[in-house]
Amino acid sequence: MELVCPAGTPAALEVAVDAGADAVYCGFRDETNARNFPGLNFSREEMAAGIAYAHQRGARVLVAINTFPRAGALALWHRAVDDAVAAGADALILADAGLLAYAAEYHPHQRLHVSVQAAAANPDAIGFYVEAFGVKRVVLPRVLTVPEVAAITRAVPCETEVFVFGGLCVMAEGRCSLSSYATGQSPNMHGVCSPASHVAYREARGRLVSRLGNFTINAFAKGESAAYPTLCKGRFATRDGAGYLFEEPVSLDAAALLPGLAAAGVTALKIEGRQRGRAYIEGVVRAFRKALAALAAGRPIEGAGLGALTEGQSTTTGAYRKVWR
Amino acid sequence: MPISAAAVPTVPFLVSLAVRPLPLGPLQPLLAGFMAAVTRRHPRIFERLGPHAGKRFGLDPTDLPLAFVLAPDPACPRAVAVRELPAGLDARIAGPLAGLVGQLDGSYDGDALFFSRDIVVEGDMEAVLALRNALDDAQIDVARLAAAALGPFGAFAEPVLRGALRAVRTDDRVARRDG
Repeated sequence: MELVCPAGTPAALEVAVDAGADAVYCGFRDETNARNFPGLNFSREEMAAGIAYAHQRGARVLVAINTFPRAGALALWHRAVDDAVAAGADALILADAGLLAYAAEYHPHQRLHVSVQAAAANPDAIGFYVEAFGVKRVVLPRVLTVPEVAAITRAVPCETEVFVFGGLCVMAEGRCSLSSYATGQSPNMHGVCSPASHVAYREARGRLVSRLGNFTINAFAKGESAAYPTLCKGRFATRDGAGYLFEEPVSLDAAALLPGLAAAGVTALKIEGRQRGRAYIEGVVRAFRKALAALAAGRPIEGAGLGALTEGQSTTTGAYRKVWR
Repeated sequence: MPISAAAVPTVPFLVSLAVRPLPLGPLQPLLAGFMAAVTRRHPRIFERLGPHAGKRFGLDPTDLPLAFVLAPDPACPRAVAVRELPAGLDARIAGPLAGLVGQLDGSYDGDALFFSRDIVVEGDMEAVLALRNALDDAQIDVARLAAAALGPFGAFAEPVLRGALRAVRTDDRVARRDG
């Protein structure tokens, strides 16, 4: 299985390639990608140089243009597609049907992947993308069990890619409005979930309070692991007491499930974290390269052992082993 | 692997105590030299900072009796050592010296240090993220640039500085590299 790794900067791309990534995904420095954070992402020149660096070392670069174009501003997204193709991208990761249509029409030889942001979670939906736009791969949402991943992979006429590590989005991806509700900005339209411009932290007597817009997201006791200020992983006071209503602040670690994912016929394994630093990229890529080597050699695979790098410093197998909806 | 969840090491209390009476004045030309070297060798930092380059950051090594005010204005980038951070800064990043320096050279991931509560961030989060990402991309060799700031003595000082920085890192970095 192919290891697809994140890169938010040229330095991170080089670290990912050097650590053993088969492919690296990254985006331009604007709202066309779902990690549009300050100081992150690639200029056009950096993208071309990063692709050259990867190609020289046998790795591929997948360019994420996976937000949904705004009415009246289509040119920004079209230009991103054109420029990624011109830079030599090995594939474009797209979510919007209109943008997929544009890429398929104007760049018919460009390999296209369906982003997780499209929330394509059944064979009919995926089949439509293949038939209509000729996509070669779909990134499956993080809400499926391993048997469901296997069933979809058997039924669709394209490759499947699944997340195996990192931040865990528990919503219908590309359709979540929680961030937009709190801040007016969303990962789907602006490329930012919980935009930094609306985040505030206050620490007093060891207690850390995180806020997003007008909402208190969490209050961490002294010594308690902290988490991103996202509403889906907020701790809320209700009549039944305070607790996590949607999901606890944990990160996905599916290293132990690699044999099942391989048996399911999955083509590629994706690591989340374009917003993370080089230390994270290097540590996670090396751990999963090692896990894949163990899988190939028939040795048992342990958890990736990356708890210290994870949100909430805790990991889960997420929906892969979940039985509820 | 596995990566250790051990806390970021801190400067020994006795060392911190010994540093306390020393004047900050002699540090200033060294900081100026360091900033000049960073500006010369890593101009991409300022491009990544964008509109946040005009802001002022407080860098607060909580295990040392001093702090730094960083103003990364590309026209005149400055870092000033202070006993206490002044009011009115745009953002403050506080934590053990090893954690702050480790984010410069890629030993530590900023989000992981936040999750573990080793660092505290306050103020303008856009500016904090921009600075963090710009510095992570720059791959700053702290020992080399600090040595460069020492002028003709730099060649002798670099191995000492490199050894000192190595001494304050945790075993988890070794584990990552060996993984």
